[in-house]
Amino acid sequence: MLSLNNIEVIYDDVILVLKGMSMQVEEGQIVALLGANGAGKSTTLKAISGLLKPEDGEVTDGEIIFEDQPIHNREASSIVRMGVFQVMEGRRVFEHLTVEENLRAGAYIRKDRGNVGKDMALVYEYFPRLKERRNQTAGYLSGGEQQMLAIGRAMMARPKLMMLDEPSLGLAPLLVKEIFNIIQRINQERGVTILLVEQNARLALGIADYAFIMESGRIVLEGEPAVLADNPDVREFYLGLTEVGKRKSYREVKHYKRRKRWLS
Amino acid sequence: MDKFLQLTLTGLTSGAVYALVAVGFVLIYKSSDVINFAQGEFLLIGAYLAYFFMGQLGLHWSIGIIITIIVAAGLGVIIERLVLRPLIGEPIISVIMVTIGLSSLLKAMVGGIWGTNPQVFPAFIPKTEVHIFNAVVTADKLWAIGIALAFLLIFTLFFRYNKEGIAMRAVADDQQAALSMGISVQRIFALAWSIAAMTAAVAGVIVANVLEVSPNLSGVGLHVFPVVILGGLDSIPGALIGAAIIGLLEAYAGGYVGDGSLAQVISYVVLIIILMIRPYGLFGQEIIERV
Repeated sequence: MLSLNNIEVIYDDVILVLKGMSMQVEEGQIVALLGANGAGKSTTLKAISGLLKPEDGEVTDGEIIFEDQPIHNREASSIVRMGVFQVMEGRRVFEHLTVEENLRAGAYIRKDRGNVGKDMALVYEYFPRLKERRNQTAGYLSGGEQQMLAIGRAMMARPKLMMLDEPSLGLAPLLVKEIFNIIQRINQERGVTILLVEQNARLALGIADYAFIMESGRIVLEGEPAVLADNPDVREFYLGLTEVGKRKSYREVKHYKRRKRWLS
Repeated sequence: MDKFLQLTLTGLTSGAVYALVAVGFVLIYKSSDVINFAQGEFLLIGAYLAYFFMGQLGLHWSIGIIITIIVAAGLGVIIERLVLRPLIGEPIISVIMVTIGLSSLLKAMVGGIWGTNPQVFPAFIPKTEVHIFNAVVTADKLWAIGIALAFLLIFTLFFRYNKEGIAMRAVADDQQAALSMGISVQRIFALAWSIAAMTAAVAGVIVANVLEVSPNLSGVGLHVFPVVILGGLDSIPGALIGAAIIGLLEAYAGGYVGDGSLAQVISYVVLIIILMIRPYGLFGQEIIERV
Protein backbone atom coordinates (compact mmCIF):
# COMPACT_ATOMS: atom_id res chain seq x y z
CA MET A 1 0.00 0.00 0.00
CA LEU A 2 2.76 2.37 1.00
CA SER A 3 6.42 2.00 0.29
CA LEU A 4 9.38 4.23 0.93
CA ASN A 5 12.35 3.48 -1.27
CA ASN A 6 15.68 4.76 -0.19
CA ILE A 7 14.48 8.23 0.69
CA GLU A 8 16.71 11.02 1.82
CA VAL A 9 15.41 14.08 3.67
CA ILE A 10 17.37 17.26 4.15
CA TYR A 11 16.35 20.15 6.38
CA ASP A 12 17.43 23.69 5.55
CA ASP A 13 19.52 22.37 2.66
CA VAL A 14 22.18 21.10 5.04
CA ILE A 15 20.96 18.74 7.73
CA LEU A 16 20.61 15.21 6.47
CA VAL A 17 17.98 13.51 8.61
CA LEU A 18 16.90 10.46 6.63
CA LYS A 19 19.70 8.60 4.93
CA GLY A 20 18.35 5.99 2.62
CA MET A 21 15.23 5.07 4.54
CA SER A 22 13.14 2.21 3.16
CA MET A 23 10.02 0.61 4.56
CA GLN A 24 6.71 -0.87 3.47
CA VAL A 25 3.24 -0.82 4.92
CA GLU A 26 0.82 -3.56 3.85
CA GLU A 27 -2.86 -2.80 3.61
CA GLY A 28 -4.91 -3.62 6.68
CA GLN A 29 -1.99 -3.98 9.02
CA ILE A 30 -0.81 -2.10 12.05
CA VAL A 31 2.82 -1.29 11.41
CA ALA A 32 5.00 0.08 14.18
CA LEU A 33 7.99 2.31 13.60
CA LEU A 34 10.23 2.38 16.65
CA GLY A 35 13.39 4.21 17.48
CA ALA A 36 15.13 6.49 19.91
CA ASN A 37 14.86 10.26 20.04
CA GLY A 38 16.14 11.91 16.92
CA ALA A 39 16.19 8.73 14.87
CA GLY A 40 13.99 10.36 12.26
CA LYS A 41 10.62 8.77 12.96
CA SER A 42 8.59 11.97 12.89
CA THR A 43 10.50 13.15 9.86
CA THR A 44 9.57 9.93 8.10
CA LEU A 45 5.88 10.54 8.79
CA LYS A 46 6.09 14.16 7.66
CA ALA A 47 7.88 13.10 4.50
CA ILE A 48 4.96 10.79 3.74
CA SER A 49 2.21 13.30 4.57
CA GLY A 50 3.87 16.24 2.83
CA LEU A 51 4.25 18.29 6.00
CA LEU A 52 7.99 18.77 5.57
CA LYS A 53 7.72 21.88 3.46
CA PRO A 54 6.59 24.31 6.17
CA GLU A 55 9.61 23.17 8.17
CA ASP A 56 12.01 23.70 5.30
CA GLY A 57 12.52 19.98 4.85
CA GLU A 58 12.71 18.30 1.50
CA VAL A 59 12.79 14.77 0.09
CA THR A 60 15.93 14.98 -2.02
CA ASP A 61 16.30 11.39 -3.11
CA GLY A 62 14.31 8.18 -3.35
CA GLU A 63 10.58 7.80 -3.76
CA ILE A 64 7.44 7.40 -1.70
CA ILE A 65 4.75 5.34 -3.38
CA PHE A 66 1.19 5.21 -2.09
CA GLU A 67 -1.21 2.93 -3.95
CA ASP A 68 1.07 2.87 -7.00
CA GLN A 69 1.39 6.64 -7.17
CA PRO A 70 4.47 8.65 -6.23
CA ILE A 71 3.54 11.18 -3.55
CA HIS A 72 6.86 12.65 -2.45
CA ASN A 73 6.41 15.81 -4.49
CA ARG A 74 2.76 16.39 -3.74
CA GLU A 75 1.16 19.06 -1.61
CA ALA A 76 -0.04 18.00 1.82
CA SER A 77 -3.65 18.76 0.91
CA SER A 78 -3.60 16.42 -2.09
CA ILE A 79 -1.96 13.65 -0.06
CA VAL A 80 -4.71 13.92 2.56
CA ARG A 81 -7.25 13.68 -0.24
CA MET A 82 -5.60 10.43 -1.39
CA GLY A 83 -6.34 8.97 2.03
CA VAL A 84 -3.18 9.44 4.06
CA PHE A 85 -3.79 11.24 7.33
CA GLN A 86 -1.19 12.09 9.92
CA VAL A 87 -2.11 12.57 13.57
CA MET A 88 0.69 14.86 14.61
CA GLU A 89 2.82 14.51 17.68
CA GLY A 90 1.60 16.44 20.69
CA ARG A 91 -2.09 16.18 19.72
CA ARG A 92 -2.28 19.62 18.08
CA VAL A 93 -6.03 20.08 18.50
CA PHE A 94 -7.41 23.47 17.48
CA GLU A 95 -7.54 24.96 20.95
CA HIS A 96 -10.02 27.73 20.39
CA LEU A 97 -12.48 25.57 18.48
CA THR A 98 -15.01 23.37 20.19
CA VAL A 99 -14.73 19.58 20.08
CA GLU A 100 -17.38 19.42 17.39
CA GLU A 101 -15.73 22.11 15.29
CA ASN A 102 -12.45 20.24 15.54
CA LEU A 103 -14.17 17.18 14.14
CA ARG A 104 -15.69 19.24 11.34
CA ALA A 105 -12.25 20.60 10.50
CA GLY A 106 -11.09 17.00 10.23
CA ALA A 107 -13.82 16.38 7.67
CA TYR A 108 -12.64 19.33 5.56
CA ILE A 109 -11.66 17.25 2.54
CA ARG A 110 -14.81 15.14 2.52
CA LYS A 111 -16.91 15.45 -0.59
CA ASP A 112 -19.84 13.44 0.73
CA ARG A 113 -21.01 16.11 3.16
CA GLY A 114 -24.15 14.12 3.88
CA ASN A 115 -22.23 11.38 5.66
CA VAL A 116 -20.24 13.66 7.90
CA GLY A 117 -22.91 13.68 10.57
CA LYS A 118 -22.99 9.89 10.56
CA ASP A 119 -19.23 9.73 10.97
CA MET A 120 -19.38 12.17 13.82
CA ALA A 121 -21.81 9.87 15.58
CA LEU A 122 -19.36 7.04 14.96
CA VAL A 123 -16.49 9.01 16.51
CA TYR A 124 -18.68 9.71 19.54
CA GLU A 125 -19.39 5.99 19.77
CA TYR A 126 -15.65 5.27 19.91
CA PHE A 127 -15.01 8.13 22.30
CA PRO A 128 -18.10 8.67 24.46
CA ARG A 129 -16.17 11.20 26.49
CA LEU A 130 -15.91 13.49 23.49
CA LYS A 131 -19.66 13.42 23.12
CA GLU A 132 -20.09 14.70 26.66
CA ARG A 133 -17.76 17.55 25.85
CA ARG A 134 -18.83 18.26 22.30
CA ASN A 135 -19.48 21.95 22.87
CA GLN A 136 -16.46 22.62 25.02
CA THR A 137 -13.41 24.50 23.86
CA ALA A 138 -10.80 21.92 22.93
CA GLY A 139 -7.97 23.81 24.62
CA TYR A 140 -9.50 23.05 28.00
CA LEU A 141 -9.78 19.30 27.54
CA SER A 142 -7.44 16.99 29.43
CA GLY A 143 -4.45 15.53 27.64
CA GLY A 144 -6.14 12.18 27.14
CA GLU A 145 -9.29 13.76 25.78
CA GLN A 146 -7.23 15.86 23.40
CA GLN A 147 -5.51 12.75 22.10
CA MET A 148 -8.92 11.13 21.61
CA LEU A 149 -10.03 14.23 19.76
CA ALA A 150 -6.93 14.15 17.56
CA ILE A 151 -7.67 10.54 16.62
CA GLY A 152 -11.38 11.22 16.19
CA ARG A 153 -10.57 14.17 13.96
CA ALA A 154 -8.46 11.87 11.82
CA MET A 155 -11.35 9.39 11.56
CA MET A 156 -13.54 12.17 10.17
CA ALA A 157 -11.35 12.31 7.06
CA ARG A 158 -12.01 8.58 6.45
CA PRO A 159 -8.37 7.88 5.68
CA LYS A 160 -7.09 4.63 4.22
CA LEU A 161 -3.84 5.03 6.07
CA MET A 162 -3.72 6.70 9.47
CA MET A 163 -0.31 7.65 10.76
CA LEU A 164 -0.06 8.23 14.49
CA ASP A 165 2.93 10.04 15.93
CA GLU A 166 3.46 9.06 19.56
CA PRO A 167 -0.14 8.84 20.70
CA SER A 168 1.04 7.78 24.18
CA LEU A 169 3.07 10.93 24.74
CA GLY A 170 2.49 12.39 28.18
CA LEU A 171 -0.53 10.26 29.04
CA ALA A 172 -1.25 8.15 32.11
CA PRO A 173 -0.70 4.40 31.55
CA LEU A 174 -4.40 3.57 31.88
CA LEU A 175 -5.33 6.12 29.24
CA VAL A 176 -2.58 4.90 26.96
CA LYS A 177 -4.07 1.43 27.18
CA GLU A 178 -7.51 2.76 26.33
CA ILE A 179 -6.19 4.69 23.35
CA PHE A 180 -4.22 1.74 22.04
CA ASN A 181 -7.33 -0.41 22.30
CA ILE A 182 -9.20 2.09 20.20
CA ILE A 183 -6.41 2.24 17.63
CA GLN A 184 -6.70 -1.53 17.34
CA ARG A 185 -10.47 -1.27 16.96
CA ILE A 186 -10.18 1.37 14.26
CA ASN A 187 -7.85 -0.97 12.41
CA GLN A 188 -10.06 -4.02 12.75
CA GLU A 189 -13.55 -2.55 12.55
CA ARG A 190 -12.97 0.29 10.11
CA GLY A 191 -10.29 -1.41 8.04
CA VAL A 192 -7.92 1.52 8.41
CA THR A 193 -4.26 0.71 7.91
CA ILE A 194 -2.19 2.12 10.76
CA LEU A 195 1.39 3.32 10.83
CA LEU A 196 2.31 3.86 14.44
CA VAL A 197 5.37 5.75 15.62
CA GLU A 198 6.19 5.08 19.23
CA GLN A 199 8.90 5.36 21.80
CA ASN A 200 7.03 2.95 24.00
CA ALA A 201 8.24 -0.16 22.21
CA ARG A 202 6.50 -2.70 24.43
CA LEU A 203 3.07 -1.19 23.80
CA ALA A 204 3.62 -0.77 20.10
CA LEU A 205 4.93 -4.29 19.60
CA GLY A 206 1.89 -5.48 21.54
CA ILE A 207 -0.59 -4.38 18.88
CA ALA A 208 1.54 -4.31 15.72
CA ASP A 209 1.49 -6.87 12.90
CA TYR A 210 4.91 -5.83 11.73
CA ALA A 211 7.57 -3.49 13.05
CA PHE A 212 10.55 -1.49 11.89
CA ILE A 213 13.32 -0.16 14.07
CA MET A 214 15.04 3.03 13.07
CA GLU A 215 18.35 4.44 14.06
CA SER A 216 19.99 7.62 12.83
CA GLY A 217 17.94 8.02 9.71
CA ARG A 218 17.51 4.50 8.45
CA ILE A 219 15.90 1.16 9.25
CA VAL A 220 18.23 -1.19 11.11
CA LEU A 221 15.88 -4.02 11.98
CA GLU A 222 12.48 -5.21 10.88
CA GLY A 223 10.24 -8.17 11.42
CA GLU A 224 7.25 -9.64 13.18
CA PRO A 225 6.87 -8.22 16.68
CA ALA A 226 7.40 -11.62 18.26
CA VAL A 227 10.68 -12.10 16.44
CA LEU A 228 11.88 -8.61 17.24
CA ALA A 229 10.94 -9.01 20.88
CA ASP A 230 13.33 -11.96 21.04
CA ASN A 231 16.20 -10.07 19.53
CA PRO A 232 18.74 -9.47 22.31
CA ASP A 233 19.50 -5.92 21.25
CA VAL A 234 15.84 -5.01 21.07
CA ARG A 235 15.22 -6.65 24.43
CA GLU A 236 17.96 -4.70 26.03
CA PHE A 237 17.72 -1.29 24.45
CA TYR A 238 14.06 -0.95 23.55
CA LEU A 239 12.29 -3.14 26.04
CA GLY A 240 14.70 -2.56 28.90
CA LEU A 241 15.08 -6.27 29.66
CA THR A 242 18.47 -7.37 30.84
CA GLU A 243 19.56 -10.83 31.64
CA VAL A 244 18.77 -11.48 35.25
CA GLY A 245 21.61 -11.17 37.70
CA LYS A 246 24.03 -9.70 35.27
CA ARG A 247 25.32 -6.25 36.05
CA LYS A 248 25.44 -3.76 33.27
CA SER A 249 28.44 -1.66 32.75
CA TYR A 250 28.87 1.46 30.71
CA ARG A 251 31.41 -0.38 28.59
CA GLU A 252 28.74 -2.63 27.21
CA VAL A 253 26.56 0.30 26.27
CA LYS A 254 29.50 1.76 24.41
CA HIS A 255 29.96 -1.58 22.78
CA TYR A 256 26.36 -1.45 21.60
CA LYS A 257 26.85 2.02 20.21
CA ARG A 258 29.72 0.64 18.16
CA ARG A 259 27.56 -2.27 17.09
CA LYS A 260 24.81 0.14 16.17
CA ARG A 261 27.13 1.95 13.86
CA TRP A 262 28.13 -1.40 12.42
CA LEU A 263 24.53 -2.39 11.84
CA SER A 264 23.71 0.82 10.12
CA MET B 1 -32.60 64.46 24.81
CA ASP B 2 -33.11 65.12 21.11
CA LYS B 3 -29.48 65.96 20.74
CA PHE B 4 -28.55 62.78 22.55
CA LEU B 5 -30.63 60.66 20.19
CA GLN B 6 -29.28 62.53 17.24
CA LEU B 7 -25.69 61.96 18.30
CA THR B 8 -26.40 58.32 19.07
CA LEU B 9 -27.64 57.71 15.57
CA THR B 10 -24.70 59.55 14.06
CA GLY B 11 -22.33 57.52 16.24
CA LEU B 12 -23.95 54.25 15.27
CA THR B 13 -23.65 55.15 11.61
CA SER B 14 -19.94 55.70 11.78
CA GLY B 15 -19.78 52.65 14.05
CA ALA B 16 -21.41 50.60 11.30
CA VAL B 17 -18.76 51.68 8.82
CA TYR B 18 -15.99 51.02 11.31
CA ALA B 19 -17.42 47.58 11.99
CA LEU B 20 -17.30 46.62 8.33
CA VAL B 21 -13.71 47.73 7.97
CA ALA B 22 -12.82 46.11 11.29
CA VAL B 23 -14.19 42.75 10.16
CA GLY B 24 -11.56 42.76 7.41
CA PHE B 25 -8.84 43.51 9.92
CA VAL B 26 -9.99 40.74 12.18
CA LEU B 27 -10.26 38.22 9.35
CA ILE B 28 -6.75 38.80 8.13
CA TYR B 29 -5.35 38.89 11.61
CA LYS B 30 -7.20 35.75 12.65
CA SER B 31 -6.04 33.66 9.75
CA SER B 32 -2.50 34.91 9.31
CA ASP B 33 -1.52 37.05 12.33
CA VAL B 34 -0.93 39.95 9.96
CA ILE B 35 -2.22 43.43 10.71
CA ASN B 36 -3.24 44.89 7.39
CA PHE B 37 -2.43 48.58 7.34
CA ALA B 38 -3.93 48.88 3.87
CA GLN B 39 -7.45 48.20 5.12
CA GLY B 40 -8.42 51.88 4.86
CA GLU B 41 -7.23 51.91 1.25
CA PHE B 42 -9.44 48.92 0.50
CA LEU B 43 -12.33 51.10 1.59
CA LEU B 44 -11.07 53.91 -0.61
CA ILE B 45 -10.86 51.63 -3.60
CA GLY B 46 -14.35 50.31 -2.93
CA ALA B 47 -15.72 53.84 -2.90
CA TYR B 48 -13.95 54.80 -6.13
CA LEU B 49 -14.93 51.58 -7.89
CA ALA B 50 -18.56 52.23 -7.03
CA TYR B 51 -18.15 55.82 -8.19
CA PHE B 52 -16.64 54.55 -11.44
CA PHE B 53 -19.32 51.98 -12.18
CA MET B 54 -22.30 54.02 -11.03
CA GLY B 55 -21.18 57.62 -11.54
CA GLN B 56 -18.94 57.44 -14.58
CA LEU B 57 -20.36 54.43 -16.41
CA GLY B 58 -23.88 55.13 -15.23
CA LEU B 59 -24.76 51.56 -14.32
CA HIS B 60 -27.81 50.88 -12.19
CA TRP B 61 -26.82 50.94 -8.50
CA SER B 62 -27.61 47.27 -7.89
CA ILE B 63 -25.37 46.14 -10.73
CA GLY B 64 -22.76 48.71 -9.78
CA ILE B 65 -22.53 47.42 -6.24
CA ILE B 66 -22.33 43.79 -7.26
CA ILE B 67 -19.52 44.51 -9.71
CA THR B 68 -17.74 46.63 -7.10
CA ILE B 69 -17.85 43.77 -4.60
CA ILE B 70 -16.63 41.26 -7.17
CA VAL B 71 -13.76 43.46 -8.33
CA ALA B 72 -12.78 44.19 -4.72
CA ALA B 73 -12.75 40.47 -3.90
CA GLY B 74 -10.60 39.86 -6.96
CA LEU B 75 -8.24 42.60 -5.89
CA GLY B 76 -7.89 40.97 -2.48
CA VAL B 77 -6.95 37.66 -4.11
CA ILE B 78 -4.48 39.33 -6.46
CA ILE B 79 -2.79 41.19 -3.62
CA GLU B 80 -2.58 38.00 -1.60
CA ARG B 81 -1.02 36.13 -4.50
CA LEU B 82 1.41 38.77 -5.75
CA VAL B 83 2.40 40.52 -2.57
CA LEU B 84 1.81 38.22 0.36
CA ARG B 85 2.30 34.68 -0.87
CA PRO B 86 6.01 35.21 -1.60
CA LEU B 87 6.33 36.25 2.03
CA ILE B 88 4.93 33.05 3.55
CA GLY B 89 7.40 31.86 6.13
CA GLU B 90 8.99 35.29 6.53
CA PRO B 91 8.71 37.13 9.86
CA ILE B 92 5.28 38.65 10.47
CA ILE B 93 6.81 42.10 10.88
CA SER B 94 8.05 42.05 7.27
CA VAL B 95 4.56 41.24 6.09
CA ILE B 96 3.13 44.07 8.16
CA MET B 97 5.67 46.49 6.68
CA VAL B 98 4.63 45.34 3.24
CA THR B 99 1.01 46.22 4.01
CA ILE B 100 2.14 49.73 4.95
CA GLY B 101 3.83 50.02 1.57
CA LEU B 102 0.75 48.60 -0.05
CA SER B 103 -1.41 51.30 1.51
CA SER B 104 0.71 54.06 -0.04
CA LEU B 105 0.72 52.30 -3.36
CA LEU B 106 -3.05 51.81 -3.45
CA LYS B 107 -3.71 55.39 -2.41
CA ALA B 108 -1.35 56.71 -5.08
CA MET B 109 -3.01 54.50 -7.68
CA VAL B 110 -6.43 55.87 -6.82
CA GLY B 111 -5.04 59.41 -6.99
CA GLY B 112 -3.42 58.64 -10.33
CA ILE B 113 -6.57 57.26 -11.89
CA TRP B 114 -9.28 59.49 -10.48
CA GLY B 115 -7.38 62.56 -9.35
CA THR B 116 -7.28 63.95 -5.83
CA ASN B 117 -10.31 66.23 -5.95
CA PRO B 118 -13.45 65.13 -4.16
CA GLN B 119 -16.17 63.83 -6.48
CA VAL B 120 -19.88 63.78 -5.96
CA PHE B 121 -21.11 60.26 -5.44
CA PRO B 122 -24.36 59.35 -7.23
CA ALA B 123 -26.20 58.71 -3.99
CA PHE B 124 -28.45 55.72 -4.53
CA ILE B 125 -29.67 55.39 -1.00
CA PRO B 126 -32.21 58.18 -0.59
CA LYS B 127 -31.32 60.86 1.91
CA THR B 128 -34.91 61.46 2.87
CA GLU B 129 -35.36 62.57 6.43
CA VAL B 130 -36.66 60.11 8.93
CA HIS B 131 -38.06 61.17 12.25
CA ILE B 132 -37.33 58.93 15.16
CA PHE B 133 -39.00 60.37 18.23
CA ASN B 134 -37.67 63.89 18.09
CA ALA B 135 -34.45 63.23 16.26
CA VAL B 136 -34.04 63.64 12.55
CA VAL B 137 -31.74 61.43 10.53
CA THR B 138 -31.33 60.83 6.85
CA ALA B 139 -32.37 57.39 5.69
CA ASP B 140 -28.95 56.56 4.28
CA LYS B 141 -27.55 56.43 7.79
CA LEU B 142 -30.16 53.93 8.90
CA TRP B 143 -29.39 51.87 5.82
CA ALA B 144 -25.72 51.96 6.71
CA ILE B 145 -26.44 50.51 10.13
CA GLY B 146 -28.73 47.85 8.68
CA ILE B 147 -26.27 46.77 6.00
CA ALA B 148 -23.41 46.55 8.47
CA LEU B 149 -25.48 44.45 10.87
CA ALA B 150 -26.55 42.12 8.08
CA PHE B 151 -22.97 41.56 6.96
CA LEU B 152 -21.76 40.94 10.47
CA LEU B 153 -24.51 38.43 11.10
CA ILE B 154 -23.56 36.59 7.92
CA PHE B 155 -19.92 36.42 8.97
CA THR B 156 -20.68 35.23 12.46
CA LEU B 157 -22.74 32.38 11.02
CA PHE B 158 -20.07 31.69 8.41
CA PHE B 159 -17.39 31.20 11.04
CA ARG B 160 -19.53 29.00 13.19
CA TYR B 161 -21.16 26.71 10.67
CA ASN B 162 -19.49 26.91 7.29
CA LYS B 163 -16.74 24.46 6.45
CA GLU B 164 -14.45 27.17 5.09
CA GLY B 165 -15.21 29.40 8.06
CA ILE B 166 -14.21 26.67 10.49
CA ALA B 167 -11.13 26.00 8.37
CA MET B 168 -10.18 29.67 8.61
CA ARG B 169 -10.34 29.53 12.38
CA ALA B 170 -8.39 26.27 12.35
CA VAL B 171 -5.63 27.90 10.30
CA ALA B 172 -5.58 30.78 12.77
CA ASP B 173 -5.13 28.33 15.62
CA ASP B 174 -2.46 26.02 14.25
CA GLN B 175 -1.31 26.30 10.68
CA GLN B 176 0.58 23.07 10.47
CA ALA B 177 -2.18 21.05 12.07
CA ALA B 178 -4.62 22.65 9.63
CA LEU B 179 -2.33 21.61 6.80
CA SER B 180 -2.43 18.06 8.10
CA MET B 181 -6.24 18.11 7.73
CA GLY B 182 -5.79 18.81 4.04
CA ILE B 183 -6.73 22.46 4.45
CA SER B 184 -4.84 24.57 1.95
CA VAL B 185 -3.44 27.42 3.99
CA GLN B 186 -2.84 29.52 0.89
CA ARG B 187 -6.43 29.18 -0.16
CA ILE B 188 -7.54 30.29 3.30
CA PHE B 189 -5.28 33.35 3.15
CA ALA B 190 -6.66 34.26 -0.25
CA LEU B 191 -10.18 33.87 1.11
CA ALA B 192 -9.39 36.10 4.10
CA TRP B 193 -7.96 38.83 1.92
CA SER B 194 -10.79 38.76 -0.53
CA ILE B 195 -13.44 38.92 2.19
CA ALA B 196 -11.52 41.76 3.85
CA ALA B 197 -11.42 43.69 0.59
CA MET B 198 -15.11 42.98 0.01
CA THR B 199 -16.33 44.22 3.38
CA ALA B 200 -14.10 47.28 3.15
CA ALA B 201 -15.55 48.00 -0.29
CA VAL B 202 -19.07 47.81 1.09
CA ALA B 203 -18.03 50.20 3.84
CA GLY B 204 -16.54 52.45 1.18
CA VAL B 205 -19.79 52.54 -0.74
CA ILE B 206 -21.70 53.45 2.41
CA VAL B 207 -19.29 56.22 3.39
CA ALA B 208 -19.23 57.58 -0.12
CA ASN B 209 -23.01 57.64 -0.14
CA VAL B 210 -23.16 59.53 3.16
CA LEU B 211 -20.28 61.91 2.37
CA GLU B 212 -18.49 62.14 -0.94
CA VAL B 213 -15.73 60.34 -2.80
CA SER B 214 -12.31 61.66 -1.94
CA PRO B 215 -8.86 60.30 -1.16
CA ASN B 216 -9.40 61.29 2.47
CA LEU B 217 -11.77 58.37 2.92
CA SER B 218 -8.83 56.07 3.60
CA GLY B 219 -8.48 57.90 6.91
CA VAL B 220 -11.33 55.73 8.18
CA GLY B 221 -8.74 52.96 8.35
CA LEU B 222 -6.93 54.86 11.08
CA HIS B 223 -10.08 55.18 13.16
CA VAL B 224 -10.54 51.46 12.95
CA PHE B 225 -7.32 50.64 14.80
CA PRO B 226 -8.76 51.70 18.14
CA VAL B 227 -11.88 49.71 17.26
CA VAL B 228 -10.09 46.42 16.71
CA ILE B 229 -7.73 46.92 19.62
CA LEU B 230 -10.70 47.66 21.86
CA GLY B 231 -12.78 44.74 20.65
CA GLY B 232 -9.87 42.33 20.39
CA LEU B 233 -7.98 41.80 17.17
CA ASP B 234 -9.30 38.29 16.72
CA SER B 235 -12.96 38.68 17.61
CA ILE B 236 -15.76 39.45 15.18
CA PRO B 237 -18.32 40.28 17.89
CA GLY B 238 -15.56 42.35 19.47
CA ALA B 239 -15.17 44.29 16.24
CA LEU B 240 -18.90 45.00 16.23
CA ILE B 241 -19.08 46.19 19.82
CA GLY B 242 -15.77 48.03 19.62
CA ALA B 243 -17.00 49.83 16.51
CA ALA B 244 -20.24 50.88 18.22
CA ILE B 245 -18.38 52.13 21.28
CA ILE B 246 -15.82 54.12 19.31
CA GLY B 247 -18.45 55.51 16.94
CA LEU B 248 -20.63 56.66 19.83
CA LEU B 249 -17.71 58.08 21.80
CA GLU B 250 -16.64 60.15 18.82
CA ALA B 251 -20.15 61.43 18.29
CA TYR B 252 -20.72 62.35 21.94
CA ALA B 253 -17.29 63.91 22.29
CA GLY B 254 -17.93 65.94 19.17
CA GLY B 255 -21.38 67.03 20.26
CA TYR B 256 -20.98 67.71 23.97
CA VAL B 257 -17.38 68.67 24.61
CA GLY B 258 -15.99 72.01 23.52
CA ASP B 259 -15.67 72.74 19.84
CA GLY B 260 -15.67 69.12 18.75
CA SER B 261 -11.94 68.68 18.37
CA LEU B 262 -11.94 66.05 21.09
CA ALA B 263 -13.81 63.78 18.67
CA GLN B 264 -10.65 63.54 16.60
CA VAL B 265 -8.54 62.10 19.38
CA ILE B 266 -10.94 60.41 21.78
CA SER B 267 -10.59 57.03 20.09
CA TYR B 268 -6.82 57.07 20.46
CA VAL B 269 -7.13 57.94 24.12
CA VAL B 270 -9.31 54.86 24.48
CA LEU B 271 -6.73 52.87 22.52
CA ILE B 272 -3.99 53.74 24.98
CA ILE B 273 -6.13 52.96 28.02
CA ILE B 274 -7.14 49.62 26.57
CA LEU B 275 -3.57 48.69 25.79
CA MET B 276 -2.67 49.41 29.37
CA ILE B 277 -5.37 47.40 31.10
CA ARG B 278 -6.49 44.74 28.63
CA PRO B 279 -4.03 44.37 25.77
CA TYR B 280 -5.92 41.55 24.08
CA GLY B 281 -9.06 43.68 23.94
CA LEU B 282 -12.51 43.18 25.40
CA PHE B 283 -13.22 39.97 23.53
CA GLY B 284 -9.84 38.91 22.27
CA GLN B 285 -8.60 35.39 22.78
CA GLU B 286 -6.46 34.86 25.76
CA ILE B 287 -3.76 32.34 25.18
CA ILE B 288 -4.91 28.99 26.51
CA GLU B 289 -2.22 27.48 28.61
CA ARG B 290 -2.55 24.01 29.97
CA VAL B 291 -0.35 23.22 32.90
